[in-house]
Amino acid sequence: MMRTLIFRTVAPYLTSLMLVFSVFVLLRGHNAPGGGFIGGLIAASAFAIYGIACGVSPVRRALRLHPTTIAGIGLLLGSVAGLISLFDGVPFMTGLWIYPHFFGVEVPLATVMLFDFGVYLVVTGTITAIALVLEEREGE
Amino acid sequence: MEALMAVVIGIFFAVSVYLMLSKHIIRILLGVTILGNAVNLLIFTAGRIVHAVPPIIGEGNDVPNRITANPLPQALILTAIVISFSFFAFLLVLAFRAYQELGTDDTDEMRIAEPENEPVPPLGY
Amino acid sequence: MIMHAPPLADWLVIAPIVLCIVVGAGLLCVRKTVAVHAAIAIAGLVLLVVLDAALLWHVANDGPVTMTMGRWLPPFGISFTVDLLGAVLALVSGIAALAAGLFGLVDVDDSGKRYGFFPFLFLLMAGVSGSFLTGDIFNLYVWFEVLLIASFGLLVLGSEQGQIDGATKYAFLNLVATTLFLIATAYLYAIFGTLNVADIAEKARAMDDTAPLATLGTLYLLAFGMKAAAFPVNFWLPASYHTPRIVASALFAGMLTKVGVYALVRTLVMLFPSERAELAPVIAVVAVLTMAVGAMGALAQSDIRRLLGYVVISGIGIMLVGVAVAGEGGIAGTVFYMAHSIVVMTALYVAAGMAARAVGAPLSITDLAGLYRSHPMLSALSLMLFLSVAGLPPFSGLWPKIMLVRSAIDAGSSWLGAAILVNGLLTTIAVGRVWVLAYWQPAPTPGMRREKPALAIEPGFWTEYLPLIILTGLSVVFGLFPEAMVSASQQAAVGILDPASYIHSVFPAGAVP
Repeated sequence: MMRTLIFRTVAPYLTSLMLVFSVFVLLRGHNAPGGGFIGGLIAASAFAIYGIACGVSPVRRALRLHPTTIAGIGLLLGSVAGLISLFDGVPFMTGLWIYPHFFGVEVPLATVMLFDFGVYLVVTGTITAIALVLEEREGE
Repeated sequence: MEALMAVVIGIFFAVSVYLMLSKHIIRILLGVTILGNAVNLLIFTAGRIVHAVPPIIGEGNDVPNRITANPLPQALILTAIVISFSFFAFLLVLAFRAYQELGTDDTDEMRIAEPENEPVPPLGY
Repeated sequence: MIMHAPPLADWLVIAPIVLCIVVGAGLLCVRKTVAVHAAIAIAGLVLLVVLDAALLWHVANDGPVTMTMGRWLPPFGISFTVDLLGAVLALVSGIAALAAGLFGLVDVDDSGKRYGFFPFLFLLMAGVSGSFLTGDIFNLYVWFEVLLIASFGLLVLGSEQGQIDGATKYAFLNLVATTLFLIATAYLYAIFGTLNVADIAEKARAMDDTAPLATLGTLYLLAFGMKAAAFPVNFWLPASYHTPRIVASALFAGMLTKVGVYALVRTLVMLFPSERAELAPVIAVVAVLTMAVGAMGALAQSDIRRLLGYVVISGIGIMLVGVAVAGEGGIAGTVFYMAHSIVVMTALYVAAGMAARAVGAPLSITDLAGLYRSHPMLSALSLMLFLSVAGLPPFSGLWPKIMLVRSAIDAGSSWLGAAILVNGLLTTIAVGRVWVLAYWQPAPTPGMRREKPALAIEPGFWTEYLPLIILTGLSVVFGLFPEAMVSASQQAAVGILDPASYIHSVFPAGAVP
């Protein structure tokens, strides 16, 4: 835990900015550089920064779920994304698309994207868990 | 280009082997990380280095109309990077824990699991 | 692009892996609610065994089955191809995992469950099943890493000093081994331009230039030899296998080294047969030295768990004899011995765990005595397992050893057969000494006997003995009725030595040039 005033003041804003940026990178990832892994890393570093500034237990409280639970949900999402193919009669992990309209705008949604969400959560969960364990030890 | 890459990869391997020969865990860890990067470069070179465009098929075509870069090594490297990154994170925690619990990062002094001067097992019934 | 829908039965190819990942992820989500872990985990493991059995049935009736991910045509998509070898090993390791899971119910306390014993168990099984079922070399590497990271988690369950020590050595040396595997795979890709096993099998047979292939074969031998704990690169195993909870040791001893041997059979024997023939003298020497190190190490230990670690190594030496000799009999012997070793090594560690629960740690044969009087059932089952691992009739160790010795003599290397027999003698002495001293020998005086420690959970007879009875029963069945297993391993060997049906299952219309 670092007690400099500047860092502790800036950290919450930095964390929220990084989290928003991580979601941006995640969504951008389908056809441009970005994606679940890098987005997850950015989110995990956001939590790590918050942990360095304000201590580990506020991060755990703010997360509500334990980081490994987040990773578990991500793994489940990834598997579900692959299993959807079963109902469409195509091999496992085939990318399937739907094009629903929201307020007149066509939004392409894909199982690939669902899988990417899963990756994002797995990476966020595991790396945050490791980072928080390291920071906890540091503080002792 | 391949020759230059081969030399670079060779240097990476040499550095990593030198580091892994050390007795200290943290140096071994750095050695393993550099080894991972050496392998990534190796995969990249194994996919052939050519002057080429990105492997994107233009609109209206079924096949790319020019020689494109090989996308597979990059996918393999990405997977390998992800794996080696997570291993690095885990090993870092493990090395840190080992240093805290055992009070040393010298592998010669880590003899808890295999103590020296153990008694000889019974020689008769 | 694949246009036809895959038949529902083909989904069995990936069903065990998907099941393991889904159940493991589900358990991670309810990590804090320990009460539901047991029900979910055991149900999942039973389902895993059922799916593996259905897959074996499918493969035995219809030949190798392939599913290529994401509608890509092989060799461009990642193929999962299951032949008899993979299906048999997947089923046997599924059964071993079920037994270990049942034993975990009594051996792992609530804090261990909260830490994530069962999620890691399922992750480990995803890695093991994935390795047995995949048909893509790079994918095999990924599954190796999956099982490796799960094994790290199981190793440090409990975070004792000895565990951290053992885990450090295990983690670094295994990571170097898998990196070697990756290096070899990079060269493989440079030479063939493909990573699909069936595609490589076809192209390697057509390739005249064997110098690059010899490099590949040697690298794979080193990498998988290290994973399997073959002689000069076996030091990580005795340094770490006795440190984790015994249920984790049981899982590791049953499966991890056998995955290494499986990968060796898949690459060296199936993909590069002529390079294997060139390397055969090296493999033979490695096999004999591994057997020697395993047997002598077992004789030199007084801690039962460390002794069992060396018994694992000596079993690896025996399996390598089959790889060195090759031929139908040799490979079939190796396959049968792998199945036997998965069952019996898991069972031996479970038995050791039950002995530890009965008397309290440490498990040294100089301290233990009189287990036969206090625990006759455990002692009887242990004796059967000890005889089985030593290769004595009427248990499962006998038949694969006969197959291996006979094929070694047929191939003109009788010394390999002799090495197996001498190893059997030494193993008999080592495990016989354990049984005589720890179980049979009466406790010196009643006053000297340690008080039985109070257990957190006092399980009933069936909860306690069911895993051991399943595994010992399997060993007895393999021993008394070996025909099914012998013919299955012979068919698996034929499929490995002549991969035509394997290639046909991936490329029904002939390979892509």
